[in-house]
Amino acid sequence: MSALTLRDLTVKRGDCPVVDNVSLTIAPGEVVGLIGPNGAGKTTLMRAALGLLRSEGSSSLLALGPAERARAAAWLPQAREIAWPVSVETLVRLGRMPHGAGTSPTDDAAVHAALQRCGLESFRTRSATALSGGEQARVLIARALAQDAPLLLADEPIAGLDPAAQIQIMEVFQTLAGEGKAVLVSLHDLGLAARHCTRLVLLHRGRLVAEGSPRDVLAAQHLAATFGISGAFVETPSGPLFQTLEVLR
Amino acid sequence: MRPGVLALSLSGLVALLFAVSLLIGPAQLGVTESLRALWSGEGGATVLVMREIRLPRALLAAMVGAVLGLSGAALQGYLRNPLAEPGLIGVSGAAALGAVIALQTGLAGAATLALPLSGLAGALVAVLIVLLLAGPRGGALTLILAGIAVSALAGALTALVLNLSPNPFAASEIVFWTLGSLADRSMVHVALAAPFIGLAGVALLSQARALDALTLGEDAAQAMGVSLTRVRLTLVLAIAAGVGAATAVAGAIGFVGLVVPHLLRRWVGARPGRLLWASALGGAALVLAADIAVRLIAPDRDLKLGVIMALIGAPLFLHLIWRTRAEA
Repeated sequence: MSALTLRDLTVKRGDCPVVDNVSLTIAPGEVVGLIGPNGAGKTTLMRAALGLLRSEGSSSLLALGPAERARAAAWLPQAREIAWPVSVETLVRLGRMPHGAGTSPTDDAAVHAALQRCGLESFRTRSATALSGGEQARVLIARALAQDAPLLLADEPIAGLDPAAQIQIMEVFQTLAGEGKAVLVSLHDLGLAARHCTRLVLLHRGRLVAEGSPRDVLAAQHLAATFGISGAFVETPSGPLFQTLEVLR
Repeated sequence: MRPGVLALSLSGLVALLFAVSLLIGPAQLGVTESLRALWSGEGGATVLVMREIRLPRALLAAMVGAVLGLSGAALQGYLRNPLAEPGLIGVSGAAALGAVIALQTGLAGAATLALPLSGLAGALVAVLIVLLLAGPRGGALTLILAGIAVSALAGALTALVLNLSPNPFAASEIVFWTLGSLADRSMVHVALAAPFIGLAGVALLSQARALDALTLGEDAAQAMGVSLTRVRLTLVLAIAAGVGAATAVAGAIGFVGLVVPHLLRRWVGARPGRLLWASALGGAALVLAADIAVRLIAPDRDLKLGVIMALIGAPLFLHLIWRTRAEA
């Protein structure tokens, strides 16, 4: 059974489609990278899939009630909002909300595992708002992990983070996939997308332009048509890595 | 601080201030004498003083303070802004306008309940206008703007009523009423306000988990199963009922809803859900204390509760701004 199925999903702003007839299936065990230029509709697609804005077509999540949906999919918005100086553990525990009161041994175990996975055990009692941007990003990911849903949708989770944090977060997603969960993550770093995602989905002006292995999706004609750039896979001691090259004129 | 310890300390403080409030007044009564009169109903004039004057005053102070503190904490949690206060959605201004109209038209003199009922009507009209302007699905910003618009309109109309008052005595009666006070209130006032304040309290406390989730922002909260529309509607209606009733019986008492959550936030680990009950207890304690201060500072001058609250609240508010600036 798939973790997420979208069929002809369309979101209109006025008469103009922002997401245009996108059909997509994500299976357990996959890290799917959602790529595309700014304004391609990546965020809108994910929010519509979650039922956070009105859409036409169908998303498998929309068939569920709000509580069931929250147990089926965790959402990590791009805006890293932490409104109050609560402790890291309190914040991560909020992820247990869809499962009940959040104080059972199962909840404790999930919170502990999420903290551990994001390397936050020593931060448990620290105030979340007093942490650095990278640490806050990790706390928010731990919150989404604590939700323990079979599907995670993450909107540009690595934007603005240092290289080590970016790689660590992508590795957390890969570990999740290894455990049979599914991840849909929007990314601007095509190199990291090619390296850490099992599959890429390329959006352009709301349409799904290409879908498949990183090599297929990052082919020269797709890069030229959507991003207006060139790029290439380069052989390195760590295997083939994708590198963007120049803006096409 | 552990939540249990905090709850016990705050409850103890409220109980203590409630008892002190019962023992203070122009009639010089002994402690045992007055408490016995209150319990047993034996002792002539003492019973009258205790049951008809001091008890309703203390009850109202606790109720009004609790609902103001609770509403402030809930609104701050919903808007994720420590500067929000219950007056923001326009109910207190409109309730005051309703009461002022009752004073001006002479309705207030005709029946004891005319003034508070008219205040409640004002709050009801305000909440209808706010919901109409902000719509059932509108965001936090539209809610604030609608509240500001209603507040401004209520303020203008209150000024107009004052402006048109037939003589200086009528004008000063209105002005003194708007300063807020708990003097000369009866059990009838308690009975009128209690159901509204009780309902508001239950409704606001029921939103604790949703407000906790909103710490992560509206999008994340919604994806965790929180219905933003329901939270907003519950908050607006409950605050209108609670703060509307409080204003209708006690006049406009500011700063409680702003300052109490701010003071208690660090003691509850900044959790918006826990801040709700803590602010209810803290608000009750603060208004009880202020109402005691009113009677101790100038027993013969009828110092107004709203004035004392503003004198305590404004410096605390300045402190809040100062600290916010220092943290930024």
